[in-house]
Amino acid sequence: MSTDTIPDAVYVVLRIFFEFTHSFGLLVLATVGLAVIFGMMGIINLAHGEFILIGAYGTTLSFHAGLPLPLAMVTGVAVTTVVGLILERTVIRHLYDRLLDSMVATFGLSLVIIQLTRILFGNTTNNVSLSMGSISYGPYSSGTYRILLAVIALVVLAVLYWVFTRTKFGLRARATMQDAETARAMGVNTDRMYMLTFGLGAALAGLTGALFTPAFTVDPEIGSEFLVESFVTVVVGGPSVLIGTSLGGALLGTIDAMFTWIGGSFLGEIMILIAAIIAIRIMPEGITGLLEDWRQKRREDE
Amino acid sequence: MLETEHLGVSYGKTPILRDVNISIEQGEIVGIMGKNGVGKTTLVKALIGLLDINEGRVTFDDTVVADATANRESFWRAESFPQEVASTLAGTPISNAPGRLGEFFPLAAELTPDATADQRARAGMGYIPQGRDVFPELTVEENLEMGETINGDAGEFQYDAVYEFFPILEERRTQDAGTLSGGQQQMLAIGRALIGNPDLLLLDEPSEGVQPSIVQDLTRDLEQVNEELGTTILFVEQNLHVVQNLAERCYAIDKGTIVDELGPERLASRDAVTKYLAV
Ligand SMILES: Nc1ncnc2c1ncn2[C@@H]1O[C@H](COP(=O)(O)OP(=O)(O)OP(=O)(O)O)[C@@H](O)[C@H]1O
Ligand SMILES: [Mg+2]
Repeated sequence: MSTDTIPDAVYVVLRIFFEFTHSFGLLVLATVGLAVIFGMMGIINLAHGEFILIGAYGTTLSFHAGLPLPLAMVTGVAVTTVVGLILERTVIRHLYDRLLDSMVATFGLSLVIIQLTRILFGNTTNNVSLSMGSISYGPYSSGTYRILLAVIALVVLAVLYWVFTRTKFGLRARATMQDAETARAMGVNTDRMYMLTFGLGAALAGLTGALFTPAFTVDPEIGSEFLVESFVTVVVGGPSVLIGTSLGGALLGTIDAMFTWIGGSFLGEIMILIAAIIAIRIMPEGITGLLEDWRQKRREDE
Repeated sequence: MLETEHLGVSYGKTPILRDVNISIEQGEIVGIMGKNGVGKTTLVKALIGLLDINEGRVTFDDTVVADATANRESFWRAESFPQEVASTLAGTPISNAPGRLGEFFPLAAELTPDATADQRARAGMGYIPQGRDVFPELTVEENLEMGETINGDAGEFQYDAVYEFFPILEERRTQDAGTLSGGQQQMLAIGRALIGNPDLLLLDEPSEGVQPSIVQDLTRDLEQVNEELGTTILFVEQNLHVVQNLAERCYAIDKGTIVDELGPERLASRDAVTKYLAV
């Protein structure tokens, strides 16, 4: 074993690891908003990408209007949340339990939002630049901000887990989604529950848009870039909102990292889609569906 | 304690209940029996204010739970706009505009968290829906916690008392409710209603789908709740055993209205009771 093969191995591992954090951060953040709305409310929000778009524009515009970046991001999230709440009250609330109608309606919404953005703000925006330096090892380096995003993704998952399992809001939200009528009989204002859950999903999408503003070129098409990523992760993750998103993000992130290392980022992206297709074949209910089956079987064996 | 005056309910244009007059006193155990589809569940839902009623009213202690004539919700409703405005607009295409405004801006109503009168009354009533309806993917403990929502933060919650009545619930605390047996789910539904220490317990066919020996346990448990906690009980049933053993008196309902009221003597007679049941 020659002396310089060891640093080489470390280099490879590190590079794949960095690649993984990028991918994981992107996948998880792109997905959570969609996953909360789909998992909790059974609505496939095809305007999810455009909520991200609103978050990104809110951030970009208020940044160029003179706000410091963190405040601009908060503004982006706030604007998205308000838009989400208004849309829930006026459009979405009529579509609960109507999967196809809700898809058509949210698809329509997404087109409207894209065109409005084009009309109001044109086809391009000024970049928001952020320099946080980079972490490097040998010839390879990774932007610090990209790593920070992966950390934020983990924090978001943890906070959501806490909200849904440890708070009264989370308990009522889960009860409402399981059986709205009984929840109402228990004194829960289910209408408000739907509104708040949808608002939360919109806020998370807005957060994603805000966070990726410095890392992406913000234009009216930005939403569709995230939408594919997020759908693939939801499909692979399955019905359980948080565990599904985490495991889906981890699995696809690993695949992306491996193949990006082998053949570049384009190959990585292709392999994500292929992995998703294979995943649908072997586990139509996603990873969490598979886990649930497995748990059931074990219980029956007992 | 609980009273209805000329209560009438329709689903759309189909009348389901008409002219229902019942009255329950503190500490009683009262039954309501009737065949399938005569409106029992509809009646219970109207009693706790889950339905919009079309005629009469329901009162619980001093609170009006439901009133057909009162314009219940907020100022967004057309009825609550000043009479002159309404009569000026009458017959014009925008006569219902204020109402539609309310449709469009329910956000305003949503953001005012004040409990409505019927919600406050419901806080004194524990409801066990037909078919039990526990939340299948919440744990036993979380299901019990849902019983708290009705009393808000003000209530005192008696987990210990519930666990004492139903030790199995404490044993299965962390199990998903959907994996409990039917009888256990029924206990959970009762426990969930008891958590907030209600004055009145409303049960919709508690014996449905529960095996006979457990039905006997259940009957005994409910009597015990009534004795020890002083909880008034109103239950809907089609089960002869439960009607005869649990009720102190019993209303008979048919085609949406009360057709008879049986005291202890007639309740003891099998023939008098089965006449109103599909036995
Ligand atoms: N949401 C609804 N919309 C329209 N009709 C309804 C609705 N709920 C109940 N009904 C009708 O109202 C009538 C009374 O129903 P209800 O559930 O009160 O009967 P029930 O006495 O509880 O019957 P069961 O013994 O089968 O539980 C039935 O004819 C039913 O079809
Ligand atoms: Mg019924």
